[in-house]
Amino acid sequence: MNARARAEFEILKDKERCIDCGLCERQCSNGVYKREDGRWFIADEKCVNCQRCVEMCPTGALKVIPNRNAPRGDGNWSVRAVREIYKQAETGGVLLSSMGNPSDMPTYFDRIAINASQVTNPSIDPLREPMETRVYLGAKDHEIKRDSSGRLITENRGLRLEVPILFSAMSYGSISYNAHAVLARAAQELGTYYNTGEGGLHRDFYKYGASTIVQVASGRFGVHKDYLEAGAAIEIKMGQGAKPGIGGHLPGKKIVGDIAATRMIPQGSDAISPAPHHDIYSIEDLRQLVDSLKEATEYKKPVFVKVAAVHNIAAIASGIARSGADVIVLDGWRGGTGAAPTRIRDNVGIPIELALAGVDSRLRAEGIRDRVSLIAGGSIRNSADVVKAIALGADAVYIGTAALIAMGCHMCRNCHSGKCNWGIATQDPALVSRLDVNAGVRRLIGLITAWKHEIEEMMGGMGINAIEALRGNRLMLRGLGLNSRELDILGIMHAGE
Amino acid sequence: MEIYAKGMESRHLNEIIRSCKDKNIIVRGVNGQRFIACGLDGKDITAYGTIGNGAGAYMLGGVLRVEGSAQDAAGDTMNGGEIYVGGRCGDATGYAMRGGEIYVKEDVGYRAGVHMKQYGEHRPVIVVGGTAGCFLGEYLAGGVIAVLNLKNEKCPVGEDMARGMHGGRIYVRGKVSVPLPVSVTASKARREDMELIRPQIEKFCKAFRADEREIYSEEFTLLQPAAGNPYNRLYVNN
Repeated sequence: MNARARAEFEILKDKERCIDCGLCERQCSNGVYKREDGRWFIADEKCVNCQRCVEMCPTGALKVIPNRNAPRGDGNWSVRAVREIYKQAETGGVLLSSMGNPSDMPTYFDRIAINASQVTNPSIDPLREPMETRVYLGAKDHEIKRDSSGRLITENRGLRLEVPILFSAMSYGSISYNAHAVLARAAQELGTYYNTGEGGLHRDFYKYGASTIVQVASGRFGVHKDYLEAGAAIEIKMGQGAKPGIGGHLPGKKIVGDIAATRMIPQGSDAISPAPHHDIYSIEDLRQLVDSLKEATEYKKPVFVKVAAVHNIAAIASGIARSGADVIVLDGWRGGTGAAPTRIRDNVGIPIELALAGVDSRLRAEGIRDRVSLIAGGSIRNSADVVKAIALGADAVYIGTAALIAMGCHMCRNCHSGKCNWGIATQDPALVSRLDVNAGVRRLIGLITAWKHEIEEMMGGMGINAIEALRGNRLMLRGLGLNSRELDILGIMHAGE
Repeated sequence: MEIYAKGMESRHLNEIIRSCKDKNIIVRGVNGQRFIACGLDGKDITAYGTIGNGAGAYMLGGVLRVEGSAQDAAGDTMNGGEIYVGGRCGDATGYAMRGGEIYVKEDVGYRAGVHMKQYGEHRPVIVVGGTAGCFLGEYLAGGVIAVLNLKNEKCPVGEDMARGMHGGRIYVRGKVSVPLPVSVTASKARREDMELIRPQIEKFCKAFRADEREIYSEEFTLLQPAAGNPYNRLYVNN
């Protein structure tokens, strides 16, 4: 079969504008462009539409558009479904994709409206009045303590976040050194945290330890005492929203140089991190890992437990809250990934909005909500999603994809190829150097600063001047076009009520 | 220093051990206290009794001797040092250990050496004097496991051993009569293979007064991963 005829994208090169500089050829790591005997040969089928060539072309001679020619689809058989069958029939392979679930299944955030004050309970102008976006995660003092002279003792062992947004786990290996540098530096400057993922912590980044959450997963890659002590908190990864029930596997060919050293495995050795922790088959076993990590770090670090949002998530979270964990991380089915089997990514798990509301309600009903903090992740796309997630019960949110887009990701969804033209999801030194760390830090700080302003505006509009008063404040939300069951689970009323 | 641990909470006991300046520490009356010697470095601890879960987890160096048995997950994510268990060990002994050595006089439970890996100078070792339960060396990525079968059981290893093994070596004294995954090859250990574990066998014999000649009286089976990456052709780019 002719691959070019079935290519997903089509490249239009304007002959009038093209000056034959060859920049597109040099910029494309996928080998789309080739010039021979004064003629351009363009391999549409190799294009992933990452927009690198289009953005770099000095004369604007290039356009990448969806291929006007496509296999025939219909209302039932989408073109995508047909293309996937071709791929599998030809290779016998499991479909492998990157980034979050792109399907058009409902996104509840888009069907939730936020309240604002009118006449009574006046709104607050955040440009004029103090507005609190600081959040503490983890251990909380349950009683007010005073010293001998009656002054409040405000010792707080929790993590302090200046904004309720953290950068979610992305390992060094799945993303580049420069991308990690951007996350670490931006987290430090913003007063929040980034997460190592299960790839260890590069020696160069130990200096950002106070802004780092170190992850421990089933493969224990890069986990040793210095690593545990380096971070501000430790996250146990039990699951990931993009691939619940599926583990991680960084192929040996990507375990090179510093990646191997940071994971503490030999070069070329497969890094397999299976979904099950073979020492955890129960909440009691989970408690044991929580305790052993606390023991190893002398009870100084909060321990997070990250799970994918799945059907019985409320009961699972209730168990985790009793395991001694300080923070529960819920990762919804839209959550991103550097590689996941397509079918798993697109079909397994549940939306974060439902999981989060369900967990918050359950923990409240059981009277244990204040034992733990909740972080929601799995496609937080803008500041309104942050506000909605917090009003549904989250203490803070994790963002991954949004942070990558801020630093230059163009969502071509080919992280697993390792050929990222923007220097993010690649280990090729020539490609990695394309990601300017200073510019990336600036852009990521820009994004979070803008979101912070927007969150303050929305809070002010509701007459709320502290994130703490927004958390779980579901009266501030109304559903649009949702049925009564959905509204029940979300714990919100319909718009107009 | 000598500590009498009977009835003591794990956390309290571990605080005492951690804050103790002495290099040599004796703990008597241990009865299931967890995480003893967790993250330990440079100390020599002798524990009498049954030591609880997660003993020697994240251990960096030093020695933990158990005059008795150990429960689950001894040496979890261990990085260095030595653990000697004079009795038997529960499940998941040496989970994901990257360095150091664990010597068990008698048997180990399920999933010993799961996820064990090696890195540079770190080459973890588990030597089991008796038998090992199912799933021995699951996902093994590096290091060495030796099962000495000193009780001369007909088959000293359980079902499903070496599942997902993609590195390292497993030595079993005698024949391995359980089915093995296709990604693993079993062969008779040659003289040069045995040379690689001679120092550890010597240590085992010294620690538990075992007879070296008896150990070598029977041939060992050596398990290694078959060449090639089994996952290479599993996926298609979508």
